[in-house]
Amino acid sequence: MKKHVVASTAEIPPGARKLVTVAGRPIVIFNLDGNFFGLFNRCPHNGGSLADGIVTGLVRSTEPGTYTYCRRGEVVRCPWHGWEFDIRTGQSFCRPGDLKARQFNIEVADGRDIVEGPYVAETVSVRTEDNYIVVEV
Amino acid sequence: MALIDDRQNEPAAQRIDCDIHPSVPNCAALFPHLDDHWREMSIVRGIDDLHSANYPDNTPLTVRPDWKPAHGRAATSAEAIAGQCLDPSGSTLAICNCLFGIQTLYSEDLAGAYAKALNDWVRTEFLDKDARLRASIIVSLDSVEMAVEEIHRCAADRRFVQVLLLVATAQPLGKRHFWPIYEAAVRYDLPIGIHAGSEFRNPPTPMGWPSYYLEDYVVNAQSFQSQLTSLFCEGVFNKFPTLMVVMLESGWTWLPAHLWRMTKYWHGLRMEIPWADRSPAEVVKDQIRFSLQPIDGPGDVDQMRRLMDHIGTDDLLVYSSDYPHNQFAGADVFHETFTRDEIRKLTRDTPLATYPRLRSASS
Repeated sequence: MKKHVVASTAEIPPGARKLVTVAGRPIVIFNLDGNFFGLFNRCPHNGGSLADGIVTGLVRSTEPGTYTYCRRGEVVRCPWHGWEFDIRTGQSFCRPGDLKARQFNIEVADGRDIVEGPYVAETVSVRTEDNYIVVEV
Repeated sequence: MALIDDRQNEPAAQRIDCDIHPSVPNCAALFPHLDDHWREMSIVRGIDDLHSANYPDNTPLTVRPDWKPAHGRAATSAEAIAGQCLDPSGSTLAICNCLFGIQTLYSEDLAGAYAKALNDWVRTEFLDKDARLRASIIVSLDSVEMAVEEIHRCAADRRFVQVLLLVATAQPLGKRHFWPIYEAAVRYDLPIGIHAGSEFRNPPTPMGWPSYYLEDYVVNAQSFQSQLTSLFCEGVFNKFPTLMVVMLESGWTWLPAHLWRMTKYWHGLRMEIPWADRSPAEVVKDQIRFSLQPIDGPGDVDQMRRLMDHIGTDDLLVYSSDYPHNQFAGADVFHETFTRDEIRKLTRDTPLATYPRLRSASS
């Protein structure tokens, strides 16, 4: 496993996402209120691109006819067949037990540490005064 | 002719026939159970029979040839049912699902009066005359309020074990205005039986009116699929988690393909029906059962076994002869693929698990 620098934090503001390729793997990175989450960009159902799916909320119900819309912006819906995944965990909502979008560890690192540390910065030029998103692959 | 074979040689075994059909000979038979006004109206208007386009008298399906009397309809008396069905098959209990077409009447009051008369006729002519007989409560859906009242009225007699609806209704059965019926059913330990046939409020197919009876009868299976989908999507099984639905004369070999299709689209459209917290297959396993006849599957034993494997459980079927309908010849009511254990389950265990009121009757 290596740590790859994929973007500066300024490139993915809250609510945005970015598709990156790390060691040949397509990974979509989401920013939820300053926290970054990375999902393998292939829907575990049939391979659709989660980077192209709508970001939405979760609708729950206590009984027929009631709708509670919650967790706005924390669910991504695959554009191919509409399967929903929890951006925070990769968990599917219709088959939570056995189907999950693969997650990658994301951390935010200080530019000064990256210049010194064991990071791979293939396509990102690192400035010591900025923060960077680091994916472990 | 005995309606048993060597897989069923358990002398003390219970055998519960979940779908038999007493026939009303004509409207006059119901007159003793109609009040004065509706008896008078029936005579004056000339309502002498409710001829059914669901089961026309002369269609081969309606009566098996060896059960057809020289004159009139089959199964018009408890004696006929005993002699042709219960005695030869060794059934210890049988549920009468009368298909006299009261659901096709357009006046709420007339339909309500006939439903009441029909239930009282079944009680008097069948339940009171043979201790093995049980019955479904017949209701018209034109007035949900009157249907609930009729369930309430009949449920006091525990020999009524189910509420019967026809599959081709004016509106999908999952719709919320029908829910008081399900609420009453749960309250009185009555499954909802949905039987092949139409109220004739809509054409039998979504494309309009077909030309032939063959089309009418075949399309029943699609109507059952639509009702199953409606009940699932509208959340009936979530609102009433103890409700049992029994699909009668529905066929059941379409089930695996339909469940695959439903489950596929539920995965992608879950957000439309967020109350659906179980997969369609789980809901069917928990709350829906199917009557044995007609067995609409391959004759080949191995092919049929593969189909049973696709269905995935042997708890879904309840035994039915569909007497006097013409679904099988001789004693050949069970497909060759069924094992002795499976026959025991569908003739006894599953009916008892499905119908609470049969449990009290058999204890």
